[in-house]
Amino acid sequence: MTQTTTSPPKASDDGEASKRRGWGWLLLVPGMLWLAIFFLFPTVQLFFTSLYDPSGSYEQGYALTWHVANYVDAIKDTWNLFGRSFMYAGISTFVCLLLGYPLAYAIAFKAGRWKNVMLVLVIAPFFTSFLLRTLSWRAILADQGPVTSFLQTIAILPDDGRLLATPVAVIAGLIYNFLPFMTLPLYASLDKVDYRLIEAAGDLYSSPFTGFRKVTFPLSLPGVVSGTLLTFIPACGDYINAELLGTPKQYMVGNRIQAAFLTEHNYPLAASLSIILMLIVVLMVIVYVRKSGTEKLV
Amino acid sequence: MAQSTDESSSPGSGQDLRLESVSKKFGDFVAVDNLTLTVPQGSFFALLGPSGCGKTTTLRIVAGLEDPTLGRVYIGEDEITSLRPYKRPVNTVFQSYALFPHLTIFENVCFGLRRKGVKDYKDKTREMLDLVQLEPYATRKPAQLSGGQQQRVALARALINEPGVLLLDEPLGALDLKLRRQMQIELKRIQTEIDVTFVHVTHDQEEAMTMADTIAVMNHGVIEQMGAPSELYENPTTTFVANFLGQSNLIVVDVVDSSGQTVVLDCHGQKVGVDAARSHTAEGKGWLGVRPEKIFASAQGTVEHDDANLLTGGVVSDVSFVGVSTQYLVALPWGQEVMVFEQNTGHRASFKNGDAVDLAWSRQHAFLLDAGQDAHAGVVSGDDE
Repeated sequence: MTQTTTSPPKASDDGEASKRRGWGWLLLVPGMLWLAIFFLFPTVQLFFTSLYDPSGSYEQGYALTWHVANYVDAIKDTWNLFGRSFMYAGISTFVCLLLGYPLAYAIAFKAGRWKNVMLVLVIAPFFTSFLLRTLSWRAILADQGPVTSFLQTIAILPDDGRLLATPVAVIAGLIYNFLPFMTLPLYASLDKVDYRLIEAAGDLYSSPFTGFRKVTFPLSLPGVVSGTLLTFIPACGDYINAELLGTPKQYMVGNRIQAAFLTEHNYPLAASLSIILMLIVVLMVIVYVRKSGTEKLV
Repeated sequence: MAQSTDESSSPGSGQDLRLESVSKKFGDFVAVDNLTLTVPQGSFFALLGPSGCGKTTTLRIVAGLEDPTLGRVYIGEDEITSLRPYKRPVNTVFQSYALFPHLTIFENVCFGLRRKGVKDYKDKTREMLDLVQLEPYATRKPAQLSGGQQQRVALARALINEPGVLLLDEPLGALDLKLRRQMQIELKRIQTEIDVTFVHVTHDQEEAMTMADTIAVMNHGVIEQMGAPSELYENPTTTFVANFLGQSNLIVVDVVDSSGQTVVLDCHGQKVGVDAARSHTAEGKGWLGVRPEKIFASAQGTVEHDDANLLTGGVVSDVSFVGVSTQYLVALPWGQEVMVFEQNTGHRASFKNGDAVDLAWSRQHAFLLDAGQDAHAGVVSGDDE
């Protein structure tokens, strides 16, 4: 047998090709402008704010003194908030994955003609405001509410036990609010998995479970990665759930930032907290994506 | 319709694949209709038919990817009808190859062995990659290989498990013509070497005839005819087979006498004959079939054939020169046009449009079919490759 090699078709006319290349970048302009004005500029501004002299005030103005100690102060008081934020976000992301994966799998492979209906149902919560939905969770988890009473009846919760104002409530809220962000990328990934590959795995002596482990799951990894990122990142910075479903004992770093910005008007502190949170999340994401890229997550 | 038992095969080599009265319905649509079939161990068996004839469904039933509505499937003495696919001693080369895109070529090929827990899978995989000449590509991903190479990976991935039966679902369909010819020879060589039963599903009659020992021609969920390629070609029993394998001229005749060794026919007033063994109808009207390359055209009145059939009064209506042969269309007195292929031996000049010709062919080269069938059943349009 001879080896056949395929080579990509070469652009026959280089002048033509470069002309096409020449104009294509213009498509980037609107998006880049948008990002420059509404993301890059505020971020730089935030960075400078984090280095203002904290003795200034909102009314009198601040002086840029490259006051690095802001960061030390920020960390000193809030390291436990950071820890709690990442723990809550991590647990929520994990539970979202456990709940979202079977759901996405069912929609992709088993829903048949109900596929579109089910997808709409997944995003249906977005039709109502985030705040309103979280507020209504207060009613659901309330001390005299149906969930609490039920759990007390079957003795999972002690009679004086409560759900509201506990970490469970905050994490449950996070899970509920971010589940669609997990489910949709998972669905997109699973829907692309060629069913014939699953059949091929079965043909090659894989039980359904082994076939899932060796073929379906690895092929859905892009969805797992983007789903977990889309859940974990916003969950880290969230403060609504802790605010509405928890107490100061459950506050996350987002609550602290919010308070520093909006209540205390301590801008340098708020800014340095934001920058720290941003850096840690970016670092975690880089490590995570690197790891999953080299298939160590399989 | 012809019955589908295989009398020619000698049962008893132990691991024959047997289908007994297998039917598969999808809603109201009958994909496979009461199919009974024996594929002898070690044979190269082709299921040939147009798309939608039930051949792929039959294959998937053997693979365990579809459950038959009725009937049983056996390998040797073991019934596998309701065995899950991963428990069957059967492997498949899928139409689109279905290679695992996230695994390397090596990992693709050893996939089955690792699932079975074979210890020395590494050595076996290297051997197998060597057999299909893909050793240098072991660490690549499927997307980095050409179609022909992917095809060989798919073959290696199935063969390495030493299956009792290897199923091939249009395995060469995605390859270009030249590569397909090459792979046909290669597949046949491998099959002879390792002595595994191959069940090959294809719509390409040439592919089936090149490789298979036995061909079953399927249409509408049933086997129309089964036999060796030459047998099917030379002595088709239905118009579908006559048209689907190669080309046939089908001429309306009346059966005059079917009592002797030669069945006597009346063809628009001219007397012709056909061997009784190749006659598949006994009385009334029939289709007299003769292949275009079996017909010899000669200038009117120049040939006397006592032993052969002779139709006089033809007029050449079209001449196309295709290199190895010249293909004529000859209009007969009653208006029907028949195809005549003449090999380009260079011994005589070709005819021109309007030449008056007589057509002759040996009586043992013709066949007679029941006139109840559609003369155009199974006609393959020319561009269907």
